[in-house]
Amino acid sequence: MSNGKPRDDCTMPAAATKLRLAETVEPVKEADLVIDGVTMRFQTREGGVTAVDDMSFSVERGEFVSIIGPSGCGKSTVFNILGGLVRGYEGKVSVGGDLISGPHPSIGMVFQEESTFPWRTVLDNVAFPLEVKGVRKAERYEIARHFIEMVGLKGFEQRYPAELSGGMRQRVAIARTLVFEPKILLMDEPFAALDEQTRLLLGDKVLKIQEELKQTTLLITHNITEAVQLSDRVIIMTFRPGKVKRIVDIRLPRPRTEDIISSEAFGRHVAEIWNDLREEASRGMAESEDGARRGRH
Amino acid sequence: MRLARIAPLLVGFATVALALAVVEILLLTGMLNPFVIPLPSTVLGSFGRLFEEEQLLERLVMTGSEALAASILVALAGVALGVLLYKVRTLALATEPWVAGVAAAPVVLAYPLFLVIFGRSTATVIAMGFIAGLAPVILKTLEGLKGVRKSLINVGLSYNLTPSQQFWKIEFPAAIPTIFVGVRLGIVFALINLIGVEFLINFGGLGQLINDLAERYDLPGVFAAIVFVILVSVAIFAALERMERWLRPGR
Repeated sequence: MSNGKPRDDCTMPAAATKLRLAETVEPVKEADLVIDGVTMRFQTREGGVTAVDDMSFSVERGEFVSIIGPSGCGKSTVFNILGGLVRGYEGKVSVGGDLISGPHPSIGMVFQEESTFPWRTVLDNVAFPLEVKGVRKAERYEIARHFIEMVGLKGFEQRYPAELSGGMRQRVAIARTLVFEPKILLMDEPFAALDEQTRLLLGDKVLKIQEELKQTTLLITHNITEAVQLSDRVIIMTFRPGKVKRIVDIRLPRPRTEDIISSEAFGRHVAEIWNDLREEASRGMAESEDGARRGRH
Repeated sequence: MRLARIAPLLVGFATVALALAVVEILLLTGMLNPFVIPLPSTVLGSFGRLFEEEQLLERLVMTGSEALAASILVALAGVALGVLLYKVRTLALATEPWVAGVAAAPVVLAYPLFLVIFGRSTATVIAMGFIAGLAPVILKTLEGLKGVRKSLINVGLSYNLTPSQQFWKIEFPAAIPTIFVGVRLGIVFALINLIGVEFLINFGGLGQLINDLAERYDLPGVFAAIVFVILVSVAIFAALERMERWLRPGR
């Protein structure tokens, strides 16, 4: 369900050449994550609600895909389905060809809410997945230190989460997920609670890490700038029931640097996505206002 | 900066000293009845006598060992029962209101029952302390485990932890701050009831001493013994706070 007419938005000649090269020598694409006709219904007191309706898309190996949609469109439900945390949905989800029926060892999840363990130091938080797998202390600390450095928290190994800022805590959570080297990284609005500047800087950090690890990444977000800054493709979802409205290819050169945000092409992508999203967001707002009005009477 | 740190302590001591001085003056000028309230200076002077003639230290050791036994029992049984109620939902739904009822009830009034079962002995004192301290530990353990943040539970699920790993690595450590509030309450309830029962059945350490002194109408002795019990309680509370900081680092 792509927009059908990809445009070459690159303004930098070197990047444009690279992109043309990439187009001529098309690499063999292999889908890491396939979502096929997924529908999720919930029973509420008011009756059945369809949170996600017949969603289908796939994420290629090494690709960075974002799902964007208005609040209440079922983004987090999709995240929980892909992470294997909820069952009872229709359709199929497969990881590297395996149908999933619960949390899959190839998938690492970064949650929106605060999820670091307050009773563990940064080092012990990051080493946690290895600890439960039974990796020896010296070895797991060595691996954990590598990922702590990767997220830029070197020197904070012995601190407790309460001694860190919100952005640093979220980086601890990212390092903890990366430490067991999942093939696919799922992130549910990981920077939602952070201020805009920290969010942009952390976005850069995530980009660098993804370039280094070549990890397949699926980001759930409601922030358009973040989606464009990080992704190869952006999936726009409709407001309830959540469906794929459109998939936008982000034709910006990689590696992406900080100045990409001020480029004309970046602005065009943001405007393009906002055009699609505005209609859904307005519908969402109108419905929630209606709900509030009904609740009052 | 050192002064800023010790200033609250100094002000605290000065306030107590001032209050005692005021009471002393009121007693000396006859505005307060010295047959009801002894002179603070006489109370302070009685401490030496309590140590020498009334075996205050031995009594402290006795009450202390009873309190320690009751506290360990309260913490172990309370946490274990709290975990059981958390794991068996039906049991929790069936018994939680009863446990809450016991927490609010003046359990000390049940002492004749324990007197009949265990006789006038240390066992009665410990059993009373145990029963009085149990309910808050059970309730707080249950509350702590039920209140573990969903995001932490999800982290465990996403790593495919076994149910036992999920409990010991995530749920239990996450619940420790709330559990410790319960343990602290439980130990304080146990201590109060323990000394109360010692007083009521005239058996054991500090509670019995207060009873003895009261029957002899040794007012300065009674007050000195009460002050001593308060100081011991403060010391226990401070020790528990320290232990709590050690048990829940980084919070």
